[in-house]
Amino acid sequence: MQPIISVQNVTKTYASGFQALKRVNLDIRRGEIFALLGPNGAGKTTLINIICGIVNPGTGRVLADGHDVVTDYRKARAKIGLVPQELTTDAFETVWATASLSRGLFGKPANPAHIEKVLRDLALWNKKDNKIITLSGGMKRRVLIAKALAHEPEILFLDEPTAGVDVELRRDTWAVVRALRESGVTIILTTHYIEEAEDMADRVGVINKGEIVLVEEKNELMRKLGQKQLTLQLYEGLERVPEALAAYELELASDGSELIYNYDTRGERTGITGLLKDLQAAGIAFNDLRTKQSTLEEIFVSLVKEKR
Amino acid sequence: MNLHAVRAIYLFEMARTWRTLVQSIVSPVISTSLYFVVFGSAIGSRITSVGGVSYGAFIVPGLIMLMILTQSVSNASFGIYFPKFTGTIYEVLSAPVSYFEVVLGYVGAAATKSIILGLIILATATLFVPMRIVHPGWMVLFLVFTALTFSLLGFIIGIWADTFEKLELVPMLIITPLTFLGGSFYSLDMLPPFWQKVTLANPVVYLISGFRWSFYGIADVSVGASLAAVVVFLAIGLAIVSWIFRTGYRLKA
Repeated sequence: MQPIISVQNVTKTYASGFQALKRVNLDIRRGEIFALLGPNGAGKTTLINIICGIVNPGTGRVLADGHDVVTDYRKARAKIGLVPQELTTDAFETVWATASLSRGLFGKPANPAHIEKVLRDLALWNKKDNKIITLSGGMKRRVLIAKALAHEPEILFLDEPTAGVDVELRRDTWAVVRALRESGVTIILTTHYIEEAEDMADRVGVINKGEIVLVEEKNELMRKLGQKQLTLQLYEGLERVPEALAAYELELASDGSELIYNYDTRGERTGITGLLKDLQAAGIAFNDLRTKQSTLEEIFVSLVKEKR
Repeated sequence: MNLHAVRAIYLFEMARTWRTLVQSIVSPVISTSLYFVVFGSAIGSRITSVGGVSYGAFIVPGLIMLMILTQSVSNASFGIYFPKFTGTIYEVLSAPVSYFEVVLGYVGAAATKSIILGLIILATATLFVPMRIVHPGWMVLFLVFTALTFSLLGFIIGIWADTFEKLELVPMLIITPLTFLGGSFYSLDMLPPFWQKVTLANPVVYLISGFRWSFYGIADVSVGASLAAVVVFLAIGLAIVSWIFRTGYRLKA
């Protein structure tokens, strides 16, 4: 199937000489939730801004649903909605006026019923006549989402949509995102809350220093790169790990009460059976055990560190 | 053409006018009335007529032009500078609109506001002096084209400016002095011959002269020159705006 967004060999060097993107290639599938992760300054926002037409690309090209975002910008941009990272709002306008402006800008005729639905979905309906300046930070973030949805986009970019938003609003925001995905909207999000990406995304891309480091199905990524950890709660505490168990590179908890074993789920053998036998041979007993899978955050940190 | 976008920008900008009605309309009308009282009464008592027109009536076209020029620049420059300042310009840049449509929306709204203002000042003037308009069609033409041209100039200034200080710089240091020295309150033949020649280098002279001709049939320069000046200014403005949007100057990184 043709990707809904296709980024082809895109580079970007700012006037200051800073190279924000280095020959980036990326395909976004129709209807998916794609999480673009990366540390600050990695190039996430530059990439999004190039796709949306806010920043000029250096070289390369971007297609949105088959339309070049530079040469065929009308058709390309009409399909895209953007929730920017910064809380940039028309402070002195009402929620209703600013959402209506957004719909018109994107070439859609006035449709009060649709604006009402969007505002109700985002719990902004009772604020529709309020000036934006009077709203809280979380509400302003929702207004930005409402503006992006006002023209019924097929592709939605969410650049840090939950930054500075309280827990309840974050939950509601993600509920709206899920509902949009159900309706067929493709969603590309960046977030610093990696647990949210882990929870929401179908696929994950990691960008670092202007390069796409990895693009993978989230579940596959978790499976491939996921380290598991076995923690054994010891019957009697140890002062140090016995020499006989050195091959397992065990960690001893600071109080000596737990032994921690890291193993790779990708390996043919996890080594757990051997470890348990050797523990018994060494006369070390345990009264409980637990395992833990690496989080996406831990995977992300290790990927970014590798590239440093 | 994305007419929905043009309409959306235009109505959004006009809504700002109605929301700030006192600042937008009442304040320039009051200041113009003060000009009228001070210049018309104080100087008018010493200069009875210019070219057969009473001094009070003579300065009305100049006063209207003064306001049209300064307000067009001010409205349009603020209209585009404020979204740049707050960051909301991202939406215009990411929307499926051409530069021409953006300009039409912003400049159209700024020019509309100036024209409304000009007509209100004209109506106010009739309360002070008897008015006549010899060429009403030409008067409307000069009014509309001057408002559009200087709104375009304001739009360019709004894009160029990256501080509020710069936003005020051009209107304060260039537009207002050129307007005052462009024959708003006097006829060029009232100046010494040398300054008459120097003044012809001031583009605003041609606008005011043409506009005054449409009222009283008297002009400092030929009407053809005035019309040519308006058309040339408009063309230069459009060319600059076209370049700005093509290159992304001060808009896109």
